[in-house]
Amino acid sequence: MIIELGHYALVLALATAMVVSVVPVLGARRRDVAMMDVAQVGTIALFSLVSFSFGVLTYAHVASDFSVRNVWENSHSLVPLIYRISGVWGNHEGSMMLWLLILTLFSAVVTVFGRNLPSTLRANVLSVQAWVSVAFILFVLLTSNPFVRSDPAPAEGRDLNPVLQDIGLAIHPPLLYLGYVGFSVCFSFAIAALLEGRIDAAWARWVRPWTLAAWTFLTLGIAMGSYWAYYELGWGGYWFWDPVENASFMPWLAGTALLHSALVMEKREALKIWTVLLAILTFSLSLMGTFLVRSGVLTSVHAFASDPSRGVFILCILLVFIGGALSLFAFRAPALSAGGLFAPISREGALVLNNLILTVACGTVLVGTLYPLLLETLTGEKISVGAPFFNMTFGLLMVPLLAIVPFGPFLAWKRGDLLGAMQRLYVVAIASFVAALALSYIEHGGPVLSVLGLAAGLYLILGAFADLWYRANFTKVGLRTGWSRLKGLPRSTFGTALAHAGLGISVLGVVAVSTFSIERIVEMKAGQSEDVGGYTLRFENLQPAKGPNYTEHRAHFMVGKAGEDVSELWSAKRIYAARQMPTTEAGITTFGLSQLYVSLGDQIEGGGIVVRVWWKPLILCIWGGAIVMAIGGFVSLSDRRLRVGAPNRRAGAKLAASLPEPAE
Amino acid sequence: MTRKQKRLAVIAGGMSFILVAVLLVMFAFSQSVAYFYMPSDLAKSPVRPETRIRLGGLVGEGSVVRGEGSTVEFAVTDGGDHPVTVKYTGILPDLFREGQGVVTEGKFDANSQEFIADSVLAKHDEKYMPRDVADKLKSQGLWQEGQGPQAKATQ
Repeated sequence: MIIELGHYALVLALATAMVVSVVPVLGARRRDVAMMDVAQVGTIALFSLVSFSFGVLTYAHVASDFSVRNVWENSHSLVPLIYRISGVWGNHEGSMMLWLLILTLFSAVVTVFGRNLPSTLRANVLSVQAWVSVAFILFVLLTSNPFVRSDPAPAEGRDLNPVLQDIGLAIHPPLLYLGYVGFSVCFSFAIAALLEGRIDAAWARWVRPWTLAAWTFLTLGIAMGSYWAYYELGWGGYWFWDPVENASFMPWLAGTALLHSALVMEKREALKIWTVLLAILTFSLSLMGTFLVRSGVLTSVHAFASDPSRGVFILCILLVFIGGALSLFAFRAPALSAGGLFAPISREGALVLNNLILTVACGTVLVGTLYPLLLETLTGEKISVGAPFFNMTFGLLMVPLLAIVPFGPFLAWKRGDLLGAMQRLYVVAIASFVAALALSYIEHGGPVLSVLGLAAGLYLILGAFADLWYRANFTKVGLRTGWSRLKGLPRSTFGTALAHAGLGISVLGVVAVSTFSIERIVEMKAGQSEDVGGYTLRFENLQPAKGPNYTEHRAHFMVGKAGEDVSELWSAKRIYAARQMPTTEAGITTFGLSQLYVSLGDQIEGGGIVVRVWWKPLILCIWGGAIVMAIGGFVSLSDRRLRVGAPNRRAGAKLAASLPEPAE
Repeated sequence: MTRKQKRLAVIAGGMSFILVAVLLVMFAFSQSVAYFYMPSDLAKSPVRPETRIRLGGLVGEGSVVRGEGSTVEFAVTDGGDHPVTVKYTGILPDLFREGQGVVTEGKFDANSQEFIADSVLAKHDEKYMPRDVADKLKSQGLWQEGQGPQAKATQ
């Protein structure tokens, strides 16, 4: 019964979304307050209905109700509780439900935090959000209904894909979707602005916190996914340039560009049309990512549910939204007033360069991802585009961006002083180079390329902090005044510095891993040892063990340094009972920021086993950098200017802004 | 500089960056793209040694020979008379099994004519058939969606 209620709630949600997608837009045209207010009530109702529906599905999974097809296909009574909950979105139908839940959540948050938005803008934004909701609720109801029952009810489920039985599934998809779907708000704002035909700096201020929030979650989501793949797949790789990864990376690149262009628009009223276009493109890339991942048109190394028959539906959604949005843009954009021009050497100039590089780099990733599909459709030839392609194009194009990142914050708005910025940065550049030489020497005796790479990473980190240093003016005013000046800086300045430093930390990790990591494939028997990266790995024994829903062979290793045991690790080969599916569980032990990674191969006659061992120096920097970037995002979000909400333009705005709820 | 010149300079700068990107993409495509082949394609039109390709098919039944250390040899077949012997050093994926679909990437050695693979893919799903392989096998009537490969596909 409860299952049918969940289904029914989703149908009601569709009806609600349909109302919200029409009435407020008309209300905004006619300046009818009552009609516009439908948006708020409707959006909250929509969110409640979808939450209820999602809750029912979760209940079915937790209670192992195998009469529900979706639960039967993706769960098992022996699956631990945590994976039963995360298993809700570990399949196609459930993950679309999560998509919907987060979409409506964002709409609801817009109603709650958007009380000081102009009423017509708010009504339009919520309506556009509802259009997206209608499309996806229809998609769920018509092609991927999670509430379908089977009769008679099977006694036991078919189990969740073992690869997904991991804490990563509980964290990665929600974070990723918060990012993906978060960009829908930027999209809705852009469409609303086009509908109204009016756009100004205040618009950019309203959009920026949403962009920042979505970007922050997407950063965390991608980093988390990468770490999950790293330890779960057992190949020691953290990024494969796999189409599914690219699908999440492209919105991130476009979103990063949007974050920066919205800044120019907010501060200087320039780049208006471009920012609107970028907001549309970013969400379009999110939609396209959903299509690529869900339709199964791509071959991927990652485990995810897909069904080609549904691809056509998402493709239609994609065409309607992207096509519609771009047509509206083409039709309306000329009417928007263009912003002023500015000097090439200025903060704006640097940000334009940032946008140029990010979008072009994003374009190369897009081409690399879609070209094989296109070629196959047109000529039938099958090709694979892999890491070498992306390293050669994306990798090279990003180099100039890394060089200019520390310059941006040093340049003044309107008219910057390049020479002055260079004078301040040369100390940083020299310091980075010396530090890179030292690092490279400690790790090896290092080749030139890695020194340059490390220097680039350190240059970004130090450059970010040099910006804070010079802003506080420590050198001139002394420590005490400098400290108080530092405390007085707006939080967004710290956010910028952290995000840029985070990028540097990630670059450092990528360079260190790609140049200094060591890989060994060896046959080991009990008691044998192998030297890797300054540590000695000793194979102790191989024992059978049993988990809640699997059996495994666990290999026990001791890790020694200079004759003493410093750590130990277990690596395993599992067989999950329900699906009779084998998986490899990597054994990882961490030393500082570096890791020793052990993956098991086949057993060989005579009691030995093939072991693959990696020494991954500084690898934690890759994800640590992303986390620092995300912290930068959160710090920036907590900036008073954004926290208080969008400013209103009338006189005395400052006073009003210091109140928790500006009176309208 | 006048307004117009400034605008021109910005546009020219942007265009030249995009041009560089386009050239890079074209160069990278010519260098680093691997084409996909099945054993029977190779029998019809052999590729030059040392050219990077993807080779897909089914792992021949009884063809897996474990050599020294972690080196493995196996045959990739698609039901034709020309299985290709693949040599791979490393750890095979969990789902690598005789009679199952596989995609390998590597080159033919100029001297020994063996296919030296540096990566072997088998997706993490027991029902999985690499899509490239599935399409071709389907067109040859050897495999249908939702089923394992038929016995006659492998000899």
